[in-house]
Amino acid sequence: MIIVENLYFTYPNGVEALSGVNLRIEDGEFVAIMGQNGAGKTTLVKHMNGLLKPTRGRVLVDGIDTRRVSVARLARKVGLVFQNPDHQLFSETVEEEISFALKNFGYDEKTIKERVDWALNMLNLERYRRISPFMLSGGEKKRVALASVLAWDPKIIILDEPTIGQDYMQKEKLRQFILQLNQQGKTIVVVTHDVEFVAECNPRIILMKQGKIIASGEAEEILTNEDLVKEAYVALPEIAKLFKCLEEYGFPRNVIDVYEAADLIYKRLRARNERI
Amino acid sequence: MSVFDGFKFRSISSPIHQLDPRAKFVYVCVLFAVAIMFNNIIPLLILFLIQIPIVFMAKVQKEWMRSMKGSAVFAIMIFAVNLLSLYFYAGHETFTSILERSLAMTVRFIVLVQSFSIFFLTTSPDMLGLALEQSGVPYELCFAFTTAVRFVPVLAEEAQTIIDAQKSRGLEIESGNFLRRIRNYIPILIPLIVNAIRRSLELAETMESRAWGACENRTNLYVLKIKTNDLLLILFSLLLLTVSIYVSIHVYIPPLTSLLM
Repeated sequence: MIIVENLYFTYPNGVEALSGVNLRIEDGEFVAIMGQNGAGKTTLVKHMNGLLKPTRGRVLVDGIDTRRVSVARLARKVGLVFQNPDHQLFSETVEEEISFALKNFGYDEKTIKERVDWALNMLNLERYRRISPFMLSGGEKKRVALASVLAWDPKIIILDEPTIGQDYMQKEKLRQFILQLNQQGKTIVVVTHDVEFVAECNPRIILMKQGKIIASGEAEEILTNEDLVKEAYVALPEIAKLFKCLEEYGFPRNVIDVYEAADLIYKRLRARNERI
Repeated sequence: MSVFDGFKFRSISSPIHQLDPRAKFVYVCVLFAVAIMFNNIIPLLILFLIQIPIVFMAKVQKEWMRSMKGSAVFAIMIFAVNLLSLYFYAGHETFTSILERSLAMTVRFIVLVQSFSIFFLTTSPDMLGLALEQSGVPYELCFAFTTAVRFVPVLAEEAQTIIDAQKSRGLEIESGNFLRRIRNYIPILIPLIVNAIRRSLELAETMESRAWGACENRTNLYVLKIKTNDLLLILFSLLLLTVSIYVSIHVYIPPLTSLLM
């Protein structure tokens, strides 16, 4: 469980990136943090594994104040996958890349091998095992970065912009994968601009603007509230746009799921056909 | 990071910012020469003090303080090394004179950092490139120079992101013995270097697609001209140099302690 209490953070150059953030993320929850560039999303998640320490207020991870422990200790619980894989890949092979964190955490040879095999298999990277991570495509690099964090099996997984540079198929696979992890009881925090991706995942949404949380709630409530979404410089999902147009025909407004939408329209069409 | 800010151009309007980079360069060179000319603390302190009004005129006090704070660690090291080596090898000097000489070396270092800091805080890389170009340096070299300067903060920021990413994967940079610590930097340096090379290739491509080097003779939108203020600064610098040379040859400079007592 992550508790953020009245968090203020000012960068050394004097920019106040967070001003009074309060947030509670329960175990096993799936949360998406959204908002415009520079709203403080990445700054906020960097507090959750202790990379940044609060200027004022505090952050508790499972009851531990992040100011009291090192990043390396918190990282065992909180796995943070950075936006750009080029900022972390350095090993000669994908296999070594994934075992880097495991070695840092002091696992024994046998466990390292097991965990690496598991992670490679999980993200469908088995065939790249002995290839240099620099030879891979953008999407594959991102998967290696993800695998290198998942390998140590952290309880809380934070993904910063996981969908950037991924094609549709990869996004869909990623979505299935995230949902699967969530079902296994992992807490998932996703930082993203990708409103369609979020609409399909249907997590709890936190909207940020200028270092503050302006709204928090179910995706169906937040992503169909046009004023709120506009204020955070996020677009409405396509389905929400459609149902906004259909509102005057008596359709509900808070629909973001494609299948639910299809169902509603289908029912209406059938009812009309029966009347005729 | 904050130390870098003490040497990074601050785009504000001030009489110092408007000076010609060449005039400022002459001034900095003279200051360097004079600082190295003297071993006594009094002239070095004077050099330190005459730059303070310049800092305030340029409105860069905050950034200047940063560079001063950043150099404090090195200043203390220089002081300690001088003190120890003089104490053990100078023999028949009194402790006060040893102390004074070590302090003088420290002040000399601070003066050098200070003049560097003022120069870079008030001179934009573009102006510097322009000054080089007008001094007859080939444009390719000027461009390489300004690009290099411009990418320093970008690289610093990128290095920080990489450090954060590797720390998130359990890397403890400050742990282990000396060799171990050096090895800890490998996961940071490799991505940094790879990205820098990649960026330079991308930069070359974008430059070429924007017709870099299409004309033989480039013209500039801005042309640097030496104005009255620049002449005054150059005159002041030359005066400072002449006086310093004269003083260092003909005038006995008393130690600070003898004046105080």
